[in-house]
Amino acid sequence: MNYPELMSKRAQQIAPSPIRRFFDLAETMDNVISLGVGEPDFRTPWPIRQAAISTLERQSIFYGPNSGMLQLRQEIASYMERRFNLPYCPENELLVTVGGSEAVDLAFRTLIDPGDEVLICEPSFVCYGPLVSMADGVPVPLATKEENEFRLTAAELKAAITPKTKILVLSYPNNPTGAIMRREDYPEIVELLKDTDIFVLSDEIYCAMTYGTKHCSIAEFPGMRERTIVVNGFSKTFAMTGWRLGWMAAPAPIIEQARKIHQYGIMCAPMISQRAAVEALRSCDAEVDRMIEEYDRRRRFLLSRFAEMGLPCFEAQGAFYLFPSIAGTGMSSEEFCERLLQEEHVAVVPGSAFGACGKDNLRISYAYSLKHLTEAAVRMERFIAKNCK
Amino acid sequence: MKKLIALLKQNARLSNAELANMLGRTEAEVAAQIAELEQSGVIRGYSVIVDEERADRDAVSAYIELKITPQPDCGFDELARIISGFEEVESVTLMSGGYDLGITITGSGLRAIAGFVAQRLATLDGVLSTRTHFVLKRYKEKGILIQEEPGDERGVYL
Repeated sequence: MNYPELMSKRAQQIAPSPIRRFFDLAETMDNVISLGVGEPDFRTPWPIRQAAISTLERQSIFYGPNSGMLQLRQEIASYMERRFNLPYCPENELLVTVGGSEAVDLAFRTLIDPGDEVLICEPSFVCYGPLVSMADGVPVPLATKEENEFRLTAAELKAAITPKTKILVLSYPNNPTGAIMRREDYPEIVELLKDTDIFVLSDEIYCAMTYGTKHCSIAEFPGMRERTIVVNGFSKTFAMTGWRLGWMAAPAPIIEQARKIHQYGIMCAPMISQRAAVEALRSCDAEVDRMIEEYDRRRRFLLSRFAEMGLPCFEAQGAFYLFPSIAGTGMSSEEFCERLLQEEHVAVVPGSAFGACGKDNLRISYAYSLKHLTEAAVRMERFIAKNCK
Repeated sequence: MKKLIALLKQNARLSNAELANMLGRTEAEVAAQIAELEQSGVIRGYSVIVDEERADRDAVSAYIELKITPQPDCGFDELARIISGFEEVESVTLMSGGYDLGITITGSGLRAIAGFVAQRLATLDGVLSTRTHFVLKRYKEKGILIQEEPGDERGVYL
């Protein structure tokens, strides 16, 4: 078989994940300390695990409803309203998915016709572009700037909109920058969008992780709910990455179409995880608050350490990432990361992995213990003192 | 205050500047709070958690249950104070249940502990009986893991 000739050209054109390269290299080395992982270091809170165990003990694990268990959708609706002021109808406006990533994929496949443009605020998580391409859309990077703390401005959006624009992808709190959009950042953007036919895909997977200010969703604003798909999930908030559970909240006509794709491709999200997730939404607010508090401590610790070592970094207020600038070092982000790995055995992700506008930055994850962060900071400080003065 | 204490319990060697950063307060505020906690006796001291086995291969630790006769005026306090005064004793607690005082002690070898129990503890006036349990392995102490922490199982998949 001549595979390259025979397989989908579109699939073959998708570039491999740029985050992976460094970690494949890091795995060949000893004594590497990583700040690269994009998932919580906490274990899933015990009541959630207990609920999964009791499901295994007492219940049959059959297929469930395509949209997800109604009980879970009801809990999700109540959670979204209680924590984020977003009312959705459990019957026809929510769809339980295999992680937030399936919801992102479904959103693109539900909305995109061939040639439609999708504006993706960058730096951003790496999945949007490839998934848009696979749905026959055209990904259009929309660069945000460090001087604006990587928030999207109305002027940037206005300049990027064309007659072919179908979707705007917002992912705040942001991976990799840790940026958030404040309530006051939205009205001008809402003004631009509300009389158009443009949809918004708002990936709010890190919504629980904001420090000092509460997360605000664009779907809250008048005129936005009808054009917005909110994606969320259990992975980050409840430290449930491996459970693969997320959801999509959107107007009923969108859910109706997305559900068909989900039904044929996935059938239903894992039932053990769904039953455990009911418990997560019912009883784990205090556990979540405890984890957020710990992230905040680490964030402050690293910010102050970066200041001490002369590594400029804007004060990110969301997710669990910092995005320091290495523009002053004379190195590209790839070069910096490669040398940091070789010389000090610290693995971080170059900002360029998340879009061209991240080329002067590093993504630092603080989903690690303070002890681990302390040691990593010592090594980074030594590296900077040696190479960047 | 609670958050400050929790941080110090995890690592009492954090500097005031580091504590201030993590708590979002000023260094002066943290210093003042620590001084207050020390003066009011909430913080009784700062110590270190040692893996005794690594520090001294011969080290042996024991937990001793003590039944004692309460004294007319001061109950268990007087005897507890005397035992607390022994240098080799690490902790003394009054317990509910089947015995009265729980004592932890670390010594250099089994004989040292046996000698302490037989000659110093059992001979005290008011001590009715002793029961010595030797520690075989330590896993966690004061919130700190003594055994190697499990490695990070997380990978980079995207």
